[in-house]
Amino acid sequence: MNNALQMLLGKKGLPGLLILAFILLVVFPLTMDVDGLNLTGRFLAFAFVAVGLVLAWGYGGLLSLGQGLFFGIGGYAMAMYLKLEASTPEATAIQTTPGIPDFMDWNQITSLPWFWEPFHSLTFTVLAILTLPALFAAFIGFALFTRRVSGVFFAIITQAIVTIATILVIGQQGYTGGVNGITDLRTLKGWDIHTDQALVVFYFATVVLLFAMIALGMWVLSTKYGRILMATRDQENRIRYSGYSVAYFKIFIFALAGFMSGIGGAMFTLQVGFMSPSIIGIIPSIEFVIFAAVGGRLSLLGAVYGSLLVGYARVTFAEAFPQLWLFLIGAVFIAVVMFAPYGLAGLYNTHVRPRVEAFLVRMGWRPGAPPSDTPRAIDPQAAQEARK
Amino acid sequence: MTDSKKPSFTRRRLLKSMAALPIMATGIAGSGSLFAKPATSEINTTGLAVTDDTVKVGILHSLTGTMAISETGSVEAETLAIEQINEMGGILGRKLEIITEDGASDWPTFAQRARKLLREDNVASIMGCWTSASRKAVLPVLERENGLLYYPTFYEGLEQSPNVIYTGQEATQQVLASLNWLYNEKGVRTFYLVGSDYIWPRTTMKIARIHIEQHLDGASVVGEDYAPLGHTSFGSMINRIRLRRPDAIYGAVVGGSNVAFFRQLVSAGLDGSNQTLLNLATTEDEVLGIGGENVEGFYSSMKYFQSLDNENNQEFVRAFKERWGEDSVIGDVTQAAYLGPWLWKEAVERAGSFDVAKVTAHSPGIELNQAPEGYVKVHDNHHLWSKTRIGQWRRDGQADVVWESDLIEPDPFPEGYQ
Repeated sequence: MNNALQMLLGKKGLPGLLILAFILLVVFPLTMDVDGLNLTGRFLAFAFVAVGLVLAWGYGGLLSLGQGLFFGIGGYAMAMYLKLEASTPEATAIQTTPGIPDFMDWNQITSLPWFWEPFHSLTFTVLAILTLPALFAAFIGFALFTRRVSGVFFAIITQAIVTIATILVIGQQGYTGGVNGITDLRTLKGWDIHTDQALVVFYFATVVLLFAMIALGMWVLSTKYGRILMATRDQENRIRYSGYSVAYFKIFIFALAGFMSGIGGAMFTLQVGFMSPSIIGIIPSIEFVIFAAVGGRLSLLGAVYGSLLVGYARVTFAEAFPQLWLFLIGAVFIAVVMFAPYGLAGLYNTHVRPRVEAFLVRMGWRPGAPPSDTPRAIDPQAAQEARK
Repeated sequence: MTDSKKPSFTRRRLLKSMAALPIMATGIAGSGSLFAKPATSEINTTGLAVTDDTVKVGILHSLTGTMAISETGSVEAETLAIEQINEMGGILGRKLEIITEDGASDWPTFAQRARKLLREDNVASIMGCWTSASRKAVLPVLERENGLLYYPTFYEGLEQSPNVIYTGQEATQQVLASLNWLYNEKGVRTFYLVGSDYIWPRTTMKIARIHIEQHLDGASVVGEDYAPLGHTSFGSMINRIRLRRPDAIYGAVVGGSNVAFFRQLVSAGLDGSNQTLLNLATTEDEVLGIGGENVEGFYSSMKYFQSLDNENNQEFVRAFKERWGEDSVIGDVTQAAYLGPWLWKEAVERAGSFDVAKVTAHSPGIELNQAPEGYVKVHDNHHLWSKTRIGQWRRDGQADVVWESDLIEPDPFPEGYQ
């Protein structure tokens, strides 16, 4: 039950990575058509957020119900760039003010707002995607963690923030496209983003970036910082009295989760061809948490499986039993929390892995005794019980 | 003409549509008899799912999620129309085969399902979408895959796609006539504008404000308020309204908010007996949820009410209830959705082809005499000429039509109102 960390950090983490890479880079492209890959790519864009949540929630103890905000910043930044590229004076000649996005024209805006101007530049856009979500997260983190806001209060505040953001986006429709979002995106540097070729390229780019995020997460957790983070999660005061500035450890992991979410948002926009507030609100933000919980909140790889599994379940199950879907996803979440708090990864570690290892040993493919120098994983539940 | 289980009904309908469309006969006359089947290779040159006996048509609405309650009526109306067309022998001798996809109230899902309908099923046309957001999500897919969409909802305008036929009213059709009516017939001089906070109410109210301030002599807007979508607490908004004492409340409150809005108005003492209120988005479907006692005496401005007294509509209501149950109610959008398959049928028969480009080229100018709302005609801008009616709600959830306009030209990009 407690070996998720070990699985990731020890040599045994490697097979897991390779298996996932094999599935995403070989099995899916060979067995799916472009539409299937595109759908999978969308789920993988959500997986960026889930991976970030594993870090912030699973290892940092920061349950954020507002990750849609960072996903949205990344997604909207990309959408703004693509929208400006699609809004050439020639393409928008029928507007009162040609050359600005169509929804601005409908709202009597006659010149491009200042904060849209820089998004003419792809370089700026990429930089914005990479920095803005992290900066926002750091700012929110700074405001909350230095005041020692934590636990359920933190969760509620993040949810409030994402609600505010959604209302702001919907209310300022002249600047944001409102409830319809930013739609009708066409090209990236003149390259049609709706062709089959483009969709395949976006899929592979998403997979590669996702692995980069997982690797980054693994590396962060393997450092001393990672240890202190986990210790903070389990015994915050003890770490604080040891002289560490706990708030900044939390701010960093929250910003890192925001950073990952933003990249996921940008990849989502590219693959779907538009961005709208319905994708960043409270419900998607909670779904991200469900992805991470189903996959296992201590498993970076599990987050990917969780996103894919819930995503596909939604598509297939919702088609067969449309009315029941929401109840089912709710039931799954409750069941996971009650019976498998470490999700798929936890079930794998307790039930499947011992058998696989025993099998390997029996077949003589692996030496009998498990290595004794593997680090002891830190299991928050065990730690909590020990504290009592 | 194949035999039918309900000969009187279908023959009457057929005769009507023939009478309405002498052009139809000339369109097919080239291939001999009126009912001889043209060869599939002639009428389908772009790889659509047309066989010698069938043609596939997609229905794309939210069957699940928050929008399902609104969109179900459209699905039922479209299904009914397609079944009736099949009873009459289909289109160009091909029976229509429905492929239903669920947009699940989720805009990316709408786009993806539209892509699936057009690429995998190769449907010849799609009846679908309800919210503007879902239409905006589907639009690039339609234009890219060269699809054809019949869109049923009254909406904000500001759009004119070659791949869409808009069977609902655009904003000016609904707004200008109803404001003039309030001004002339009810003597309203002060208006209070309220709406849900998204593009349709905001655009509508923008047009309304310009019309009130520039075209209605001596009239003014004394307040303008928006509530977030799904908002259920209108207490403070209602207090502001009472403070200003407007002659009329002019509303574009949609969906579930309607229920709370009307109930709270009535409990605050503002009801049909002492306050003039006209809400654009209240149809029979909404009244079912709001309760007739809470809207009694208030007005709506629509192109269609279930109670419309004409032969077409009586026939439509009868057929609809027979197919979907005695308790079903029919709102404005449901009727507009019903027009989609019929307009498509006429366009295909005029074009003598299922090819999307030919169908859209032959769409402007199509007239339907047998529409439940009465006569409609497709404009060059792909919207419909239609009449606007003012209905006053009764306790039983139906409306008395108290006023009817002449045919209004659709104008999705109204000069001077943008």
